[in-house]
Amino acid sequence: MSDHDKIYSTKFQDKIERNTLLMFVMTAIAVAIGGIVEIVPLFYLPNTAMSGGDGTYNSTAHKDSKGNSISMDKIVWNPATSEHKTLEDWQPGDGVRPYKPLELAGRAIYIREGCYLCHSQMIRPFRDEKDRYGHYSIAEESMYDHTFQWGSKRTGPDLARVGGKYSDEWHRRHLRYPRDVVPESVMPNFFWLEKMPLDVAETVQTMKVMTIMPFNPVPKSIYTDAYINGAKAQLEGKTDLDALIAFLQGLGNHIKFEEGVNYRD
Amino acid sequence: MEATQATPIKYDMEVVRWFTIAAAIYAVVGTLIGVWIASELAWPFMNLDIPYLTFGRLRPLHTNAVIFAFGGCVLMATGFYMVQRTGATKLWSNGLAWFTFWGWNLIIVLAVITLPLGITQGKEYAELAWPIDIMIAVVWLSFGLNHIMTVAIRKTSHIYVSNWFTMGMIVMITYLHVVNSLAIPVSLTTSYSIYSGVQDAMIQWWWGHNAVGFFLTGGFLGIMYYFVPKQSGRPVFSYRLSVLHFWALTFGYVWLGAHHLQYTALPDWTGSLGAAVSLAMIIPSWGGAMNGMMTLSGAWDKLRTDYILRFLVVSLAFYAMSTFEGPVMSIKTVNALSHYTDWTIGHVHSGALGWVAMVSFGAIYHMVKKLWNTEMYSDNLVNVHFWLATIGTVVYIVAMWVSGIMQGLMWRDYDEYGTLTHTFVESVSEMHPYYVMRAIGGIIFNLGTWIALYNIVMTVRQASAVRGVNAVPAKA
Repeated sequence: MSDHDKIYSTKFQDKIERNTLLMFVMTAIAVAIGGIVEIVPLFYLPNTAMSGGDGTYNSTAHKDSKGNSISMDKIVWNPATSEHKTLEDWQPGDGVRPYKPLELAGRAIYIREGCYLCHSQMIRPFRDEKDRYGHYSIAEESMYDHTFQWGSKRTGPDLARVGGKYSDEWHRRHLRYPRDVVPESVMPNFFWLEKMPLDVAETVQTMKVMTIMPFNPVPKSIYTDAYINGAKAQLEGKTDLDALIAFLQGLGNHIKFEEGVNYRD
Repeated sequence: MEATQATPIKYDMEVVRWFTIAAAIYAVVGTLIGVWIASELAWPFMNLDIPYLTFGRLRPLHTNAVIFAFGGCVLMATGFYMVQRTGATKLWSNGLAWFTFWGWNLIIVLAVITLPLGITQGKEYAELAWPIDIMIAVVWLSFGLNHIMTVAIRKTSHIYVSNWFTMGMIVMITYLHVVNSLAIPVSLTTSYSIYSGVQDAMIQWWWGHNAVGFFLTGGFLGIMYYFVPKQSGRPVFSYRLSVLHFWALTFGYVWLGAHHLQYTALPDWTGSLGAAVSLAMIIPSWGGAMNGMMTLSGAWDKLRTDYILRFLVVSLAFYAMSTFEGPVMSIKTVNALSHYTDWTIGHVHSGALGWVAMVSFGAIYHMVKKLWNTEMYSDNLVNVHFWLATIGTVVYIVAMWVSGIMQGLMWRDYDEYGTLTHTFVESVSEMHPYYVMRAIGGIIFNLGTWIALYNIVMTVRQASAVRGVNAVPAKA
């Protein structure tokens, strides 16, 4: 028996080591399993906010702080059942809604400037996070976020419920020169956003793309053709800074977790 | 055994040389950008009020430069080097290898142009625009096909363990890149992921953690299994341990991504499963680290004189440390403190600087000597680089440990009246000394890469000069 024929492990391992195709196939199977087990169920299990495309979605009940269940149609806004039928009529507390055109444009700026590298949008269920940022984030609140923005680092504070916490004017000053308002801040100055006119055509195109997403698209009953066509008027003459502020002001106040309390306080 | 060296095999090494030099250059550039953005956090005026240089735009450039430009070129240089030498064969296609070289470098150039312009998909470590993503897929497959086909045409009976790891990386990175990058374009530069919310988060961190697990760990373990035995002149300590190491890592690492999403809106079971498998991964990881370390049995004295071996051994120490720290951080109780803080950044860098960069430079120095058939221009400079790299890494990770744990504790601290003790911005200003310290650690590490580049360039020039002298009589 020559040295090369001796088996040092098992017969099967030895066979794999001698056969390129077998090695390739075994490896391809071994690396696939974990991902399949962890990812595929998220597309059908409850509590993942995956819409069924027919107005239903995989959710579990959420309770307010008094222990009363929040009705499902107050978690995700459904124009068919809500008293408010259009995005313009929508009120905080009606449930999670898609972004308005200016917010959607602002979200693109948020991604472009890499804000998610220093700010999270995912409040964890801890006492200190509730006191600092508000009610913990639930899956439905990012269901329309194609490319989620949960983030992984808080060099700056969480922004999941920053909407309404400060005035537009505060945001304007803070975004332009952060240290004018918060002397200890290490955020870059973004005064130049004020001089950048918004890309209207791209925002309109983004709205169209959001309605054709294979998973969790914006329902065409909300982004109707008429609504998309009307978006231009809302966007003309706006700057990147206007859009970014609109985006920030719309964050986190869609669901009313506790009567009379805005969790941004 | 005796009759094997009758005719020396002609390998395709020119492309390996180019990848090696490119890697040495990208090490300098990637860590330099890192130093720059670290300084931006310590001194915000370093953003210079230039949109292209703000932290949010340069940070993706830093991660792409170190992971895909430096790490990628190291993996391709060593991949093509090892697969030929362990298989006693030339590359399946030398031409395709050159396509891989130019394609990969074109992608890097495009990254350098697009990321500062703010062209991004907003997914960490997968920021590049969709047309570049398609190019990455094509070039990556050209590397994979060439590697696997070269394994197939090998002259040896068994596939060497390094090539298992490289093959595992090739397959997994292909899965990850394709699934994670699926998006609908809005324009040539902008696109949006087809997934949203919970599903997108899980897929992103499946990608994010396995870019670490397969690109930065699996691929570099292949390097370890070839270059540690070669440089120390000892066989791998245990073949059976390497079998266990490979299959456990290949099967298990894939599950870990979910531990990045503890206590988020991701269902609880997914994060817990990720953490459970993370803890189990300590066993094969440490088995592998021990396998590398023990390979030096009977040759420990070489560490006194062989500076290249020092890089390789210290890299294994950092590998062992990082693969213990990671599972600890995945435990929910620890993660509650560490998540969102600088501790994560410190952990990444103990892996990236201590493990990946150290093992890379060990392999690069080893290859430079073999590829140009010469000694290093200066062994002392290798030693200086070694100490700069080690000290820089330690300064960096200590700074981030302190700042990370401090952030976590400050955020959750309550005073006697039951209200939060600290405002958020207090935690920001408290970080300043540690951000300065981190930048200094980075500068020390970056200095080492300059010395490495200088030493490598001088070595190549020295080798070319020798060859030039020999060539003169032939020409005349």
